[in-house]
Amino acid sequence: MMGLYKKTIYRWLGDRGLVLEFGDEISFEINQRVRRMALAIQTEAIQGIIETVPTYRSLLIVYNPLLIPIDLLKRCLEKIEEGLQETPLPEPKLTKIPVVYGGVYGPDLEFVAQYHGISSEEVIRLHCSKPYWIYMIGFMPGYPYMGELPEGLNTPRLKTPRLSVPKGSVAIAQRQTGIYSMESPGGWQIIGRTPLELFDPQREPPALLRMGDQVQFYPISEKEFLEWKN
Amino acid sequence: MEKLAAFEVLDPGILTTIQDGGRFGFSQIGVPPSGALDPFSFRVANLLVNNQGNEACLETTLVGLKLKTLHECTIAITGGNLTPMLNGETLEMWKSHLLIEGDIIAFKKVCSGCRAYLSIGGGFIVPEVMGSRSTYLSGKFGGLEGRPLKKGDILYKNSSWLPLNQLGVRFPDEWIPTFRKETFLRTILGPQEDHFTPKGLQTFFSSTYEVSTQSDRIGVRLNGPRIERKADVEESIISEGLLSGAIQVPGNGMPIIILNELVTGGYTKIATIISTDLTKVAQLKPGDRVRFQPISIEEAHQLLKNVEACYEVFSNAMKGN
Repeated sequence: MMGLYKKTIYRWLGDRGLVLEFGDEISFEINQRVRRMALAIQTEAIQGIIETVPTYRSLLIVYNPLLIPIDLLKRCLEKIEEGLQETPLPEPKLTKIPVVYGGVYGPDLEFVAQYHGISSEEVIRLHCSKPYWIYMIGFMPGYPYMGELPEGLNTPRLKTPRLSVPKGSVAIAQRQTGIYSMESPGGWQIIGRTPLELFDPQREPPALLRMGDQVQFYPISEKEFLEWKN
Repeated sequence: MEKLAAFEVLDPGILTTIQDGGRFGFSQIGVPPSGALDPFSFRVANLLVNNQGNEACLETTLVGLKLKTLHECTIAITGGNLTPMLNGETLEMWKSHLLIEGDIIAFKKVCSGCRAYLSIGGGFIVPEVMGSRSTYLSGKFGGLEGRPLKKGDILYKNSSWLPLNQLGVRFPDEWIPTFRKETFLRTILGPQEDHFTPKGLQTFFSSTYEVSTQSDRIGVRLNGPRIERKADVEESIISEGLLSGAIQVPGNGMPIIILNELVTGGYTKIATIISTDLTKVAQLKPGDRVRFQPISIEEAHQLLKNVEACYEVFSNAMKGN
């Protein structure tokens, strides 16, 4: 494991994007650095920076080249990075997510159990055994990439992705877990479903979860799931 | 402003959506910009009817859109030449026109490009969702109920007044882009150019790629010589932010140009198309051929400034009219 790069790599994404790459692995330390940098840039409010897209190990800066020259942009970002250690991070918010596991709601629960030679109940217990960090939101509106799963749940993706995964599906892949915020094709192992709305464009804020916050899953019955929906 | 019924959709064509300049500031919660794929044609369409901002326009793809005018309005059509007709006669593009009740607009056949923009004085009115009127098709929100137009839809506009002496104003010929079946796209190398062999990079920059039929508002898929990757790198990277114009090369070695409806992705990006050339990308259709050229960021920014100057000159000319 390499951890944080000694020096952040700056990579141009065309003529209006700059990717700051802090490391080359999925790790809490690197992800916290991404978050810290995103928040610091937000605080600085540099003219010409349109938005930032924080992901696992890198931060995309979208800028308007007509408003900020690239040498100035780079200098501003390097300066922010130098002062980064002092930037305090807000306390993570913990969101509890109810999940009905298995059956039609979690068609891959049995497979995951067999793959690890444990019972379905044990898969559920492990999945609910600790809070997960939200490393990033992406792929679709409000979809949280979370980790890390206990080693005992490390499961490969499906060989052939499904053409349609229902909204609310709770899924795992390798040591990550996620929630399909909308119906979509997908290749992760589906173990359950939540009745919560992860994303609603009419709601304020539209996304239930944010990068840098935490999620704790807990099991509910099918009856509770159906009543929740109503 | 008063809201008026401007058009009835007689036929939505292959795909017609309501788009404005895009939905920005929500990438970090996974919401892509959407918006007009061809930013140049979109912007000029608005300027021609005296719309000040990025008012919502119709973006129509290939052929088939047919509209009946319900109320007097000013319009302009820009973008690819999809042979727009007014009551059976060819309608000149890149020019403002007055329509009266009962007029029929129809897009007959593809002459060049892939997408046309129809602007209306005052802009099309649909509810703003997260600060934009753009349709996000996979998210099923924005635009008209988050979906493409369908037969029977009524399209509304803000009442607005175009000074009579500006009717028939034309965008200067020398600035009107031409969309050819074979085109060069200028790119900036990277961000993951180091994942490819020198041979792979050479293949990318010296070959002709053909636009596949599996192309949509999410991406333009290309077929052609396979781009060689270094033996010791993984086929994918850890997911990171995307912008339109990014050229992803998945495991099969065939490039995909990302458009406006994705925010993150885990495929390596060999190069990224410059902002100025996104207009050409939006006008690619299946069977068209592209070649890629590397240029520097500084050159790209200069080109962008030149285009900005065009808007400025034309916009000032409109105001002074």
